[in-house]
Amino acid sequence: MAYDWLKGVADEYDVIVIGSGLGGLTGANVLAKAGHRVLLVEHHYQFGGLATWFTRKGGHIFDISLHGFPSGMIKSCRRYWTKEISDAIVLLKDIRFVNPQMDVWTTFTREDYTRVLVDQFKLPRAEVEAFYDYLRAMNYYDNNPETTGEMFERFFPGRADVHRLLMEPISYANGSNFNDPAITFGIVFSNFMGAGVYTYRGGSDDMIEKMVAELKRNGVELRKKVLVEKILVEERAGQKIACGIVAGNGRVIRAKAVLSNANIKNTIFRLAGAENFPADFAAQAEAVRINTSSCQVYFGIRKGESIPHIGDLVFTSSAPNYSNEELTDFHTTSRTFSLYYPEIRPGSDRYTVVASLNGRYPDWNTLSEADYEAHKLRMIEESLVALEKFIPDVRGKIDWQEAATPRTIERYTTHLNGTSFGTKFEGLPVSMNLSEKLPGLFHAGSVGIIMSGWLGTINYGVITANKVDKYLFAMKQNQPAAPAMA
Amino acid sequence: MTKEECKKIVLDIIADIAPDEDLSNVKPEVRLRDQLQLDSMDFLDIVMELRKRHSIEVPEADYQQLASLDSCAEYLTPKFLALAAKG
Repeated sequence: MAYDWLKGVADEYDVIVIGSGLGGLTGANVLAKAGHRVLLVEHHYQFGGLATWFTRKGGHIFDISLHGFPSGMIKSCRRYWTKEISDAIVLLKDIRFVNPQMDVWTTFTREDYTRVLVDQFKLPRAEVEAFYDYLRAMNYYDNNPETTGEMFERFFPGRADVHRLLMEPISYANGSNFNDPAITFGIVFSNFMGAGVYTYRGGSDDMIEKMVAELKRNGVELRKKVLVEKILVEERAGQKIACGIVAGNGRVIRAKAVLSNANIKNTIFRLAGAENFPADFAAQAEAVRINTSSCQVYFGIRKGESIPHIGDLVFTSSAPNYSNEELTDFHTTSRTFSLYYPEIRPGSDRYTVVASLNGRYPDWNTLSEADYEAHKLRMIEESLVALEKFIPDVRGKIDWQEAATPRTIERYTTHLNGTSFGTKFEGLPVSMNLSEKLPGLFHAGSVGIIMSGWLGTINYGVITANKVDKYLFAMKQNQPAAPAMA
Repeated sequence: MTKEECKKIVLDIIADIAPDEDLSNVKPEVRLRDQLQLDSMDFLDIVMELRKRHSIEVPEADYQQLASLDSCAEYLTPKFLALAAKG
């Protein structure tokens, strides 16, 4: 008989959290600290969602998404996690953009970015400052229909080079492009423009290990390798409510509330079932567009070898212009190199390089197995040639290389269409209104672009945890008081 | 529960959620956001702590009532009194 990964788990909790992305982990931690009994289940054999890593022979540890979050993570980790975790967050100083239109080297702080835009791109300082101020004043509830592309054209008309410098890093950060609402750019860009780009010293594995330890200290029951089959929905007084989960092995675990950190469409259509929502809400959810995905190529440098410091994040492309189509094209030449030097993992002397490319699930999902393997090899070779422009002798120093595609992301996260950036903007109200449509069911995760990325998803986990806490509090208030013991 | 006691309760919460802030000179009539490094997430934390520590629920529509210490006291003191009367 197969091992029971739910062995020892109780039959009933206050809250069950489905999924252990940063939003699920943070939501679970906040709810546990508020005094609730929490069970967290993850289908993968590792906690962390896309905040993850893998090891390979030769002593390599590859991080998937460690480099490149805003300074707000320091405050959020200090507040919702531990001082130890927030103290390990460090600045990445060297961000580069190398393409036919520019060669830029910046710290990506407001001060230094202004220097680049004024000195290198010859923009009047007042115009740059006005742009920053406009972004700062944006609110997601403004319902402004202007797109990012239109906003760029309004502030910097005809400056395709400036538009590219502004757009490209954010496309890699959250999968947004010129056609998305300007707010999706504004919020994320403003977050970075505060104080630059950060990473976690110690690696993704160390961070997740510390988070799991903190969850256990706070009494959370955590289980991995548990795929949730269904969210349990029952009718109480004519009203459907979510009240637990059915695990893959058929086991029913009840809860007063369920917080899903699964993709929002998975949550509604695979887990809860469209039949449990009002028809108009189900239609609204159906219309939510899944965001694009990513490919990555991993290069491990042989033990004993070193590579020079060429920057921490290097945005590269051979495309003459930025375009939404080129960036996500199957044959894109646009890729970002994340450089992991030994300082990232104190005590280690190892280097790894990860190339990230934007990608579309249908391009990869329709390939035969033979073509799939061949195109992965093509992508590895193209990325290596691009890397050789910065480190000419790197090929001889690599002793491990492999590629991941949207299919890989689908396999490890179960995200619909292997999305690495959640949903487009219209996913946000669907996620936020979920508990009004099916009481007891809440969602936190990469949604609406602005909740993508590490900071967005951590904070969204807290926002949703507050809603769950409020729901449980109201439930308790409405219960008849227990009779006093005689 | 006096209004002064109510302000003390709010300040105690802020001291816990923003441990690096100096709270010795907070002006009660000035918006908290204008004198401390507080953002919308901090106000969410204040709401959660009021619920956890004092069983006081602040609906989303009333979040703006927490803008300054004075407005907190105006808004929260009757809630504390009502709770005390009940309990």
